[in-house]
Amino acid sequence: MKRTFSILIAAYSIFCGVANAARTDIVVGMQLEPPNLDPTAAAAAAIDEVVYANVFEGLTRFASDGSVIPALAKSWEISEDGLAYTFTLQSGVMFHDGSVFDANDVKFSLDRARADDSTNAQKQLFAGITDVVVVDPATVTLTLEKPNGALLFNLAWGDAIVLSPDSFDKAKTAPVGTGPFIFSKWVQGDRIELSRNTAYWGEPAKLDKATFKFISEPTAAFAALMAGDVDAFPVFPAPENLAQFDADPRFTVVVGSTEGETILSTNNKQPPFDNKLVRQALAHAIDRKAIVDGAMFGFGTPIGTHFAPHHPAYVDLTANSSYDPEKSRALLKEAGFTEGFSTTLKLPPPSYARRGGEIIAAQLRAVGIDAEISNLEWAQWLEQVFRGKDFGLTIVSHTEPMDIGIYAKPDYYFQYDNTGFQALITDLEAEADPARRTEMMQQAQQMISDDYVNGYLFQLAKTGVANADIVGLWENSPTQANDLTAVHWK
Amino acid sequence: MLRHRNLVIGAVLALAFLLAAVVSLFWTPFDVAEIDIANKLKKPGDSIYLFGTDHFGRDILSMIMVGARTSIAVALVAVGIGMLFGVPLGLAAASRHGGVLDELIMRTNDLVFAFPALLIAVMITAVFGPSAINAIIAIGIFNIPVFARLTRGAALSVWQRDFILAARVAGKTATRISLEHILPNLLNLLIVQGTIQFSLGILAEAGLSYVGLGAQPPTPSWGRMLAESQTMISFAPHLALFPGFAIVLTVLGLNLFGDGLRDYFDPRIRRGSR
Repeated sequence: MKRTFSILIAAYSIFCGVANAARTDIVVGMQLEPPNLDPTAAAAAAIDEVVYANVFEGLTRFASDGSVIPALAKSWEISEDGLAYTFTLQSGVMFHDGSVFDANDVKFSLDRARADDSTNAQKQLFAGITDVVVVDPATVTLTLEKPNGALLFNLAWGDAIVLSPDSFDKAKTAPVGTGPFIFSKWVQGDRIELSRNTAYWGEPAKLDKATFKFISEPTAAFAALMAGDVDAFPVFPAPENLAQFDADPRFTVVVGSTEGETILSTNNKQPPFDNKLVRQALAHAIDRKAIVDGAMFGFGTPIGTHFAPHHPAYVDLTANSSYDPEKSRALLKEAGFTEGFSTTLKLPPPSYARRGGEIIAAQLRAVGIDAEISNLEWAQWLEQVFRGKDFGLTIVSHTEPMDIGIYAKPDYYFQYDNTGFQALITDLEAEADPARRTEMMQQAQQMISDDYVNGYLFQLAKTGVANADIVGLWENSPTQANDLTAVHWK
Repeated sequence: MLRHRNLVIGAVLALAFLLAAVVSLFWTPFDVAEIDIANKLKKPGDSIYLFGTDHFGRDILSMIMVGARTSIAVALVAVGIGMLFGVPLGLAAASRHGGVLDELIMRTNDLVFAFPALLIAVMITAVFGPSAINAIIAIGIFNIPVFARLTRGAALSVWQRDFILAARVAGKTATRISLEHILPNLLNLLIVQGTIQFSLGILAEAGLSYVGLGAQPPTPSWGRMLAESQTMISFAPHLALFPGFAIVLTVLGLNLFGDGLRDYFDPRIRRGSR
């Protein structure tokens, strides 16, 4: 009897021991599946959301607060004239296939990204680099055409990660990086699995295994979280459900900021939007509060220009395009559209666009503009709107960090062509003095706000839902990433 | 009256929605296009909104009324297309029974019939973009073989009757016989089938709108109302209940009506119940 009892106790303690041990795996939900896994070959945010800081690393990287910190470069020195950056690399770094990382890999990756035939989606990040010189295996020097205050920032992007010349061509389907997680499996249409890199050069990851699961339907995402099939959804697609998660002690809801400026993109070359008065009328017809409340259930910060409100150089210009339907009607009259006009409003799938679009169409109707809604899938949107420039209005969130520079590209899809602004951005890129840079960034914000290039709606919120026992997920989204390095269970 | 219970219940339900659709042409309690965020997600009966409001603060009763119009218009025109093309094709096939024309028409019919309707709809919208018109065309195409097959089958048996032989002896052409003698004998059948197809058309329109291929916003549609309510069903069930009930009751009503009509027209059942 006594023996049976002690066996029971032993069994009980083993059982409890197992139950009490913290889990070492995580399932992270994402709405969109990446088209491939090579961040140097495509612009899709979903790629970086899987591989950035997990599988791939660059010379520098973004920390969770948006600051730029060392990654594969241990330290760097900048020459007096600001034209040469000498990086000292981390030692003992190995790629996941066992090959050793050195300065040649850095040179290979940067030369590949800035080459004429490069397919890098953010080629402008490397524009000013004239040469990449390998000094010794642990040292590499970048020389620039002119000083560039944003170089370290640019190198932190997912598009600037370091690949090995031996395995770069496999990055799309079987990425080989230097990060704390090793790619292990991709079940197309369902999930991607990563496992811990035991030979990692830095602080190793706390999790043994990480799975990214792709669930496009908001209802399915809700059910998966409730059932515990998914442990965290860093960007939950249905803001209307957040209150329910918040009320449930099993979950924590963290609403942070993203780099996503959500705008009513306006085709600046298509009449009547080539007329500034019409664009101004558009801006005054929009009630941002109704859009944030109606489309995002209150999550999101109104913006008046294309800049993130949490950035130190942000200027609040919402008053410049305040909600004033009377003024809007007057401006339309002045522009010669007494009877109003009709145009197209092409909407991609996210709910901010679909719902925001219906609200904006109603607001525009109130001032006499008839915006005909057509709902498009992403592929159609990219083809018709982004590449084909066949649209009057559209709604989209620009999620890249510090991307006001897109306004200096006259052939970008909203086709804003202002030589003054282009000169300002060229100067900004060459400026290294932080105070001067801030001043110029503010000038740029003012300029596009005064030109009413687009309708500026709100900054997308990062609506994260996670199991209450998970620690270490990013609160904000300074870049498109789900950095799992520090994530663990309580 | 009690003998035709189905017919009466079906007619009442169907007429109620028809009435709602007709009234919505002139009057709705609120403007369905007007968005009023301050009054969003009001529960039914909470305020002046009888059925409550949706996530944009629009009155659900008004949306159901206008949605009935969308559904009925799409289904009606689609059934019209099906009859307009299907019936002549069926008559032609029957008049050339066993001939090349018959084979050609009926095999093409089989081909269209075998093709999933939703796939046709997706293809049409991929080429021309989603809209109510394209939903009508897709549902309409799907209706053609239904009527063609029904017409041919029924016409063939009429062709065997003695009075057709008399007409042929009198020297009437096949086309004249089809129109003057065959078609009138098929009317009952076509009306019954039309009612059934009409209810299927309403279901199809709701299905297409649900996946975003039907009427585009701001035109209210029952299917899209259901789709949009999905994520909110746990805290605002009225968003899904009203359009859901609208679809169920209309389709049920039309089906009962169709069944009742068939019983009414069928001489055997009429005699049996006496």
